[in-house]
Amino acid sequence: MIRLDGVTVTYRDRAALRDVTFHVEPGERVAVIGPNGAGKSTLLRVVAGLLRPVTGTVELTGERIERLDRMAIAQRLAVVPQLPTLPFATAVEEVVALGRLPHEHPLRGLRPADRAAIAAAIDRVGVGHLLGRDARELSLGERQLVLLAMAVAQRAPILILDEPTVHLDLRHQVEVMELVGDLNARDGTTILAVLHDLGLAAHFFPRLVLLDHGRVVADGPPSEVLSPERIREVFGVDPEFVRLRA
Amino acid sequence: MTHGAGIIVPRRGLGLRGAFSRRPVAVAAVGIALLAVALVAGIAAGSVAIAPGDTLGILGRRLLGLDIPRTWPATAETIVMELRLPRVLTAMIVGAGLAVAGAAFQGLLRNPLADPYVLGAASGAALGAAVAVIIPVRTLILEFGLLHVLAFIGALGAVAVVYRLSRVGTSAPMTSLLLTGYAVGSLLAAGLAMAMYLSGSGLRQIFAYLLGGFEASSWMRLAVAAPLIGIASIGILLRARSLNGLLLGEDAAAHLGIDVRRERAILMALASLATAAAVAVSGLIGFVGLVAPHFVRLLVGPNARLVLPLAALLGASLMVGADLAARLLGEIPVGVVTAVIGAPFFLALLRRARSGYEL
Repeated sequence: MIRLDGVTVTYRDRAALRDVTFHVEPGERVAVIGPNGAGKSTLLRVVAGLLRPVTGTVELTGERIERLDRMAIAQRLAVVPQLPTLPFATAVEEVVALGRLPHEHPLRGLRPADRAAIAAAIDRVGVGHLLGRDARELSLGERQLVLLAMAVAQRAPILILDEPTVHLDLRHQVEVMELVGDLNARDGTTILAVLHDLGLAAHFFPRLVLLDHGRVVADGPPSEVLSPERIREVFGVDPEFVRLRA
Repeated sequence: MTHGAGIIVPRRGLGLRGAFSRRPVAVAAVGIALLAVALVAGIAAGSVAIAPGDTLGILGRRLLGLDIPRTWPATAETIVMELRLPRVLTAMIVGAGLAVAGAAFQGLLRNPLADPYVLGAASGAALGAAVAVIIPVRTLILEFGLLHVLAFIGALGAVAVVYRLSRVGTSAPMTSLLLTGYAVGSLLAAGLAMAMYLSGSGLRQIFAYLLGGFEASSWMRLAVAAPLIGIASIGILLRARSLNGLLLGEDAAAHLGIDVRRERAILMALASLATAAAVAVSGLIGFVGLVAPHFVRLLVGPNARLVLPLAALLGASLMVGADLAARLLGEIPVGVVTAVIGAPFFLALLRRARSGYEL
């Protein structure tokens, strides 16, 4: 579904990703973890086609990403953005409807199938009670759910999340994670998420990819990846602290 | 309630939008009626008043070829056909073009305060016009003087320079564009001040241009400006999807399938073309390009597919109305009228917005 082979990305002279290789199979649920500056967000930008690697190849659903235009990428991969600001008052359903941009008719706009997808996404994510409200007035947790609904309306086989729980309280964190898990388990959506919270990652994701200094240092089930030695080495904290959180 | 029309019943009204939320068609109908009234009034009223019935009769006879008995003097026909009709049509096209360009810039820059002149088009046009007044050359191309030609070039040139300069910084292109626009605008304004200082007896002419007006409209000028504004506006309308994608920012737009860099360049070029053509025929007229898109967004939400055509309708009506008011007040500059009507109107909108709905 997603294949990165020997990907290296440099910002100016600094290597943000070094020789990164990992494959995500259809229906997998993978969390990318690592300390600040490890290259997690860069990795997502590479997968989403916003950054071109200096060396190495990226494939989405079997095709080289540089052969796909933005529309083709958007039909394969939906991204939940990090709480963007809206310049104008925008009703919740209008935000969700943006998820249909890659599918809607370029001139006529939304068609019945698009409206059905929007209604289904609103239902699926459970944001029906927010309809009609200005998305800018919502709480951060509510906004995160609306953005998730937008990505669900996009109906792409791959869903990418960049720190989806970062501003949320515990209840919303769990709510978002359960929803993501459900999208994966019930709909078969392939999930690739960047997470800061090791506890959430370990609890909700069967496979973790640990990045440090732009390299993949571990890739596997949480029990293997989050070994006490590695937590101490990569994150520089007492492993007991992480175990308690998890 | 634009994208979602037909699937959802809102729990809570969104201020002004409540009444119209599911009826962009109703808003369009009101807009068309408003424009029709403004056009007829704009043709009928003036230093020589022509009864609305006669105005419609002349238009029906001359434009539609209807066999209407002539109950008006021949001079009325000349006034309508040679003076007023090209004038109101020019005002209509300019108003529509500025409103569409304003909506496009607001969407592109994700900034509610943007207007068609935000990237230096106004300062560029003004400087071009001032230079034309100083240069002792008088030529006329298609009824356009050097002033209009240089204003057009100045407007496009300023935006091109701003775009070029802002491309150096890649991290925050939109902010960089706005700031570069501000800096280049200030530089051009300094040039304008110098040109005005040096212009001597030409000062009044420069000043008249800066304040804008339609008294010099003609069929020929309209024939040159209308296609430019029309093509640019339709081009923007066809890219409504890109503007919608940019609502959530550049990265989100890219994730939604928009080729941000390309779309931004195209939209900016089209909006600047519409603006430059508008300022070349009518001078610098403010507020219409700022206010019309906001008012429409209050009614139908931010979906560019609806905002762009409805803002064009409203901008056209506003401009025809403002020109009519300017004429009835003894040919005062239209820019003064739009500011006098526009500023309080905008303030009222903002005050009302605070209670339930923000711009």
